[in-house]
Amino acid sequence: MSHFLRRQGWVAGLLAFFVALFIITKLIQPAYGSGDFGSLARAVLPYAFAVAAQTVVVIAGGIDLSVAAMMALTSVTAASMMAGASEEYALFVVPFVLAMGFVLGAVNGMLIVVTRVPDIVVTLATLFVLQGAALLVLDAPGGAAAEWLKALISGTVPIPGLPDSIDAWIPKALLVLIVCLCIIWIPLRRSRLGLSIYAIGSNELAAFRSGVPVKRTRIIAYALSGLFAAMGGLALTMGTGIGAPIPGPYLLASVAAVVLGGVALGGGKGGLLGPIVAVFVLRLVRTDLTLLAIDPNVTAIIEGAIMVAVVMFGAFITMRGRQ
Amino acid sequence: MSTTVITPVPFGRRIKRFMADRPLIPLIILLVILVVILQVLRPGIVNERWIANTIKFAIPLAILAGCQTMTMLTGGIDLSVGTVATMSAFIMATQVVNQDPAMAFLLAMMPAVLIGLVNGIGVGVFRVHPLIMTLGTSLIGTGCLQVYQRTVIASGAKIPDFLAWLGTGLTWGIPNALLLFVPLAALIVFTLARTGFGRLLYAVGDNERATRLSGVQYWQVITALYIISSMLAGITGLLYIGLIKAPSLSLAEPLVLPSVAAAVIGGTSIFGGRGGYTGTIIGALILTVLTTLLTILQMPEGARRILFGLIVLFVTAAYLRIVEER
Repeated sequence: MSHFLRRQGWVAGLLAFFVALFIITKLIQPAYGSGDFGSLARAVLPYAFAVAAQTVVVIAGGIDLSVAAMMALTSVTAASMMAGASEEYALFVVPFVLAMGFVLGAVNGMLIVVTRVPDIVVTLATLFVLQGAALLVLDAPGGAAAEWLKALISGTVPIPGLPDSIDAWIPKALLVLIVCLCIIWIPLRRSRLGLSIYAIGSNELAAFRSGVPVKRTRIIAYALSGLFAAMGGLALTMGTGIGAPIPGPYLLASVAAVVLGGVALGGGKGGLLGPIVAVFVLRLVRTDLTLLAIDPNVTAIIEGAIMVAVVMFGAFITMRGRQ
Repeated sequence: MSTTVITPVPFGRRIKRFMADRPLIPLIILLVILVVILQVLRPGIVNERWIANTIKFAIPLAILAGCQTMTMLTGGIDLSVGTVATMSAFIMATQVVNQDPAMAFLLAMMPAVLIGLVNGIGVGVFRVHPLIMTLGTSLIGTGCLQVYQRTVIASGAKIPDFLAWLGTGLTWGIPNALLLFVPLAALIVFTLARTGFGRLLYAVGDNERATRLSGVQYWQVITALYIISSMLAGITGLLYIGLIKAPSLSLAEPLVLPSVAAAVIGGTSIFGGRGGYTGTIIGALILTVLTTLLTILQMPEGARRILFGLIVLFVTAAYLRIVEER
């Protein structure tokens, strides 16, 4: 029970921190409004999917260094398939790319299970492979995205019965994010499979002895990670309208947000909500620093320092809790 | 039954057992095979100059892989080595313009010691996961470097003659960098195999709890380790700038992941407690020869990366199979 409280307490604290940051943003820039919030949600979208991809694997007791490369590969695949194609063709591209992410993720998991090489090394190797594949698909940023896909994340959702002033605060990007994550995460969390993922993360041997199919669960965890990464790749293409073969800074950001969100690196603890709130916090900090007209390079230092400080603080708290 | 039947051990198993007892042999065989493939594909390429060149490019990778080997022995990893090496190289190249070289050297090594200290305190005292800690400090380091770059943009940069001599120079066909590397490698091998500190690293990686209960100050060992690792990375940066001769803000960054790969191929366990530096050196040589091989095949960049990743994975898996079946 105390463990449950502590975990929820961490997420609640993060949410409170997010609200406080939001108020600070409003103080710094009184004009900060719904439009800016919409662009924050759009900027967060690929990061949030990268974080979700990392979270599943970390809960299962592993780590996935190939997240950013996977996003790059799925993004260029989508962009090059949609270039010059009709709008309807994109209806086929989206499921294809998602399936591709799922399968490549499963391959990651199978390699780990079959070769018995540590997950860090396997995903490091697949990082190179996926990066190379992305370069083969498109050697320079290019391609295109269907108009309806781009429209899917821009603007707001008109909900009947709500006044415009509230409506303006619900950007489509945020809704897309919530829907995509919930469709997968909520059924997973309630299923036997979800429990198995937590079980192999917290104690692999104990899980094995209580009849959890450890290998299969691990493969599925990586496959889900690949699926989330593919969503991230699609989000990149939707946001920019093109695909870029060079992976963005999503790997570092995903690991940082996972830890910030209260998911223990080692597995078995935490949920998806914490890391997602954490990624919003990290992006909003960046917005605030930009609004304060701070040199973007100094921003990188502050971001890094916040990350290190928070992680140290979190480790310190758990150490106290254990004693 | 009075007669003892001697069943002959199958040849394949005998070879396997022989290799498992001497884990360096399969690595050396792989290295030789790669060189032979290279010679077959491009007859005459393997000559004195090629060997010297390969060694020159393998040395910075080997030193960084040494940082990974030592941290991996304790169950950690140091991903800030790329940033540290880049920082020391960039600061050296820009400070030497108006400063005394010795002073510039001290200034260049300062961030290395500082980042190592922060890493060590974070990992050793606060028990942050080394992967996160070193990624975080490398982010901070890169930010600091970008800010620093603004302040020196007017003064320009130059490569000190001594570093250029050390990085690229040859004496009787032998790379001068070996003058630095041989004592350094000997020191690392000696430290790991023969000193108390080395034994502590293995002990911490093997069973941290037992080590602490037997009276070892865990945080002192870890802090010292990360400072040493960072300083080695700083020295690598100085060597690398002498080799590449073009200071940039992402100079040594591409070496980070290969350095991890080199240590893993060399037989160091990423979970700690098992491994050594000799294997790592051969791992670094294998990766360097492999890169040349893939370049010579004139494949597109993408295909080269795919092959690189696949080969690293394959070699590691095969090596684990050989070593683990004792």
